[in-house]
Amino acid sequence: MSTAVDQKPFLRIANLTKKFGDFVALKSVSLDVYESEFICFLGPSGCGKTTLLRAIAGLDIQTSGSIEQNGDDISGLPPAKRDFGIVFQSYALFPNLTVFRNIAYGLENRKLGRKQTDTRVSELLDLVDLADQSDKYPAQLSGGQQQRVALARAIATSPGLLLLDEPLSALDAKVRVHLRTEIKDLQRRLGVTTIMVTHDQEEALTMADRIVVMNQGVIEQTGTPEEIYSEPATAFVADFIGTMNFVPGIVREVGSVKVSGAELTCDTGTFAPGQMVTVAIRPEDINAQDLSDGNNLIEADIRHLEFLGSFYRAELGGGVLANHPLHADFSINLVRRMNISVGSKMPVRFPPELIRLYADSEG
Amino acid sequence: MSNSSTLPVAPTSRHKTVRQNLSRDDWIVRACIVVIGLLLAVFILMPLYTMMSKSVENHDGDFIGLANYLEYFSTPALFLSAGNSLYIAVISTGVVIVTAFIYAYALTRTCMPFKVFFRIVALIPLLTPSLLGGISLVYWFGNQGVAKDILMGESIYGPLGVVIGSSYWVFPHALMIVITALSITDARLYEAAEVLRASKLKTFLTVTIPGCKYGLISACFVVFTLVFTDFGVPKVIGGNFNVLATDVYKQVIGQQNFQMGAVVSVVLLVPAVLAFAIDRIVQKKQVALLSARAVPYQPKPDTLRDTLMFAFCGFVALLIIAMLGMAQYAALVKFWPYNLEISLNNYNFDVMDGGGWEAYWNSIQMALYTAVFGTIIIFFGAYLVEKGRGFDAGRTLFHMIAIVPLAVPGLVLGLAYIFFFNNPANPFNFLYGTMAILVIATVTHFYTVSHLTAVTALKQMDPEFESVSASLKAPFYKTFLTVTVPVCLPAILQISMYLFLNAMTTVSAVIFLYSSDTTLASVAVMNMDDAGDIAPAAAMAMMIAYTCAGARLLYVLLTYGIDKKTQAWRNR
Repeated sequence: MSTAVDQKPFLRIANLTKKFGDFVALKSVSLDVYESEFICFLGPSGCGKTTLLRAIAGLDIQTSGSIEQNGDDISGLPPAKRDFGIVFQSYALFPNLTVFRNIAYGLENRKLGRKQTDTRVSELLDLVDLADQSDKYPAQLSGGQQQRVALARAIATSPGLLLLDEPLSALDAKVRVHLRTEIKDLQRRLGVTTIMVTHDQEEALTMADRIVVMNQGVIEQTGTPEEIYSEPATAFVADFIGTMNFVPGIVREVGSVKVSGAELTCDTGTFAPGQMVTVAIRPEDINAQDLSDGNNLIEADIRHLEFLGSFYRAELGGGVLANHPLHADFSINLVRRMNISVGSKMPVRFPPELIRLYADSEG
Repeated sequence: MSNSSTLPVAPTSRHKTVRQNLSRDDWIVRACIVVIGLLLAVFILMPLYTMMSKSVENHDGDFIGLANYLEYFSTPALFLSAGNSLYIAVISTGVVIVTAFIYAYALTRTCMPFKVFFRIVALIPLLTPSLLGGISLVYWFGNQGVAKDILMGESIYGPLGVVIGSSYWVFPHALMIVITALSITDARLYEAAEVLRASKLKTFLTVTIPGCKYGLISACFVVFTLVFTDFGVPKVIGGNFNVLATDVYKQVIGQQNFQMGAVVSVVLLVPAVLAFAIDRIVQKKQVALLSARAVPYQPKPDTLRDTLMFAFCGFVALLIIAMLGMAQYAALVKFWPYNLEISLNNYNFDVMDGGGWEAYWNSIQMALYTAVFGTIIIFFGAYLVEKGRGFDAGRTLFHMIAIVPLAVPGLVLGLAYIFFFNNPANPFNFLYGTMAILVIATVTHFYTVSHLTAVTALKQMDPEFESVSASLKAPFYKTFLTVTVPVCLPAILQISMYLFLNAMTTVSAVIFLYSSDTTLASVAVMNMDDAGDIAPAAAMAMMIAYTCAGARLLYVLLTYGIDKKTQAWRNR
């Protein structure tokens, strides 16, 4: 949260709890969002991310807890009294209104003059690059174009907060990648504080300033994409974002864990000697060359090689890894150069700074 | 980096339940729900309550417990009618369901020719009052009937006539339900059955029948209730064969015994409510058979099957046309059966008792009011219930009240209205004997089906339209008028059509409620028939049929026009 420390939060969510009957969808969630930030709520389905977004919008109000926007307590306000624009997964474009009238819909309620409204809509149409489509109906547009109309409609009234509920999941993979950049650019240009809900980690990693990883109604971790990826705070985050190897281990002494037969140097943090832990390392962090340092070396058999396009994913077994095979990613280049094939035996290195330990129960 | 910094929140506020402030829209929506809900309560629940309390009172209005019921059940003449009603309802249900199933099967699952023609013919009875079938039967098989000999001495006046006449007019009701049930199928199930080498019979028993089971059950209950509670057919063709519905009429109009009329009404109401309740429970068990990826079934030609089906449908269609055709012929004949010259004498309603041409114009007026005001209130009510935010208790209650009319026979509702509105102490007493009460009774009587049609249409709309509108600060009525109504226009037209047709043809809901200034065409048919003017009755029934057919045609044209005009944004 580098830049925002001394700033006042734009949106302050405190101890938000949402119950549906006996089911607790949000468990006392607290979060600060700063002005002009792009925040992603990321998590598997049913983790509470959409529930949190709908509570912020006032569409499904929280059971308890408070929300402040721009210093005002909006906890109990109906949606119409709040200041936000929203884009849904279905876009919810009015099917019987043209693109122009869809975008103008919110402006018509502002008692702007006809001329002012027209100017503003034209401006927005240019912004989302749909100026030539203004007389068409939503059904006549492609999915990506509909998405942009929905976005233009949401920002037409210049709301302080933009909420995006899985805005890209109904689109083809290619369009999705393209729109990712487009939305992000637009957001940066307008400087509007934005919260997007997604279950797609790639989307979150590429678009967000900060990611809020959620699971079973709680926030597991909040941080920049880099922080979330390289320093996952919990085993859940480590497993959910990217790929991660997990093996059981035991802390031998401060700065060292024992995995199967091997001893590995790493940061043991607050874990005490003798404690059972889950040892985690990403496949791409396992080295097959540059073994100069000499420590954390393990002899491995290549049991299987899976071709994944730009790299191979190798299954490492044998020796101390016999009971807990690991995955390692090797570039095509490396595989060719070192002549790696199924059945090869070779030493691999686990860089101490890239090994992470989690409490046993979480693994 | 980890969980965001804990905020200084007072421990007390932690578990305090948050209540959402209500916006102006929320208040308006809730007020509208309450107002329409109260209207429904006043026009459905309170009359029914008044009627029930009447059934436990004596002539002076004192409470006498179940004495009236005891009297009813110990009077064989009255009690017999219940058995008669049950008897004809069960037989008609059997006849109609079997016929409707085969007919619907032919329309949906075969390559029989002229399907469109058969579909249209089957819907004819919807355009006529139920009395018309009875009148036609009199001309075919009555004392001076042309085909009297076919019956070999059996009389048409009695259970036979009632069953035939009832089957005629409830046929399309059953057919539509069964067609819908048979249309919802997944061709892949049939492909699977074929690949597994199941015989045709086995496929029919294990795929076709289970697939439309719930539709068939529903159709059974609908037919049973319609026949059990119908008044028109037994009145015209029943002769001395008494059923519950004619008993109510006799008790009230003939003997002015309102208490006994109320008792018979309750006896009539109980099986109807029971059938309704069982059907609702059974339908709840139904799970969606049709996934989004289902492949529609395309029948393949099969000469033998298609020919047999064509013959069957041709026979049924012939019967329907014969019913309508005879009514038309009888209406045009000068003096049956002695002078078969064609003339329009019978259309000279003004010289007969029954209300004359004024009754016809009253009917049109009443049907138009019903269609216009009924549709507005029903659709708006359904919108409030379906799209309102919060206020769950009120919305659920509203929905429950809206379902009640389906279980209440028209005759019972009409009688309940007399008891309720005729009371001088009732502030709504001024409605008694006016056109308004006829419109209100008709809208109420046909409320449920229209309400459910509206709810279905509204459910198909994106639930986030209202969320988006709120975020754009658009008042709910703006979105209702600019988006909801245009998108739901086909359903709205369908509802007004349904209300119009039923308002034109209904007898039972209005028979107790018309005054000398507000006689209706359908009532005139009954009264002329009663007075022995059967030919003019047939002529008036045909006037209703023409009007309904015209309205239906207008509806088809309008729907077609709307489809064309809106196809740019309607992607189907």
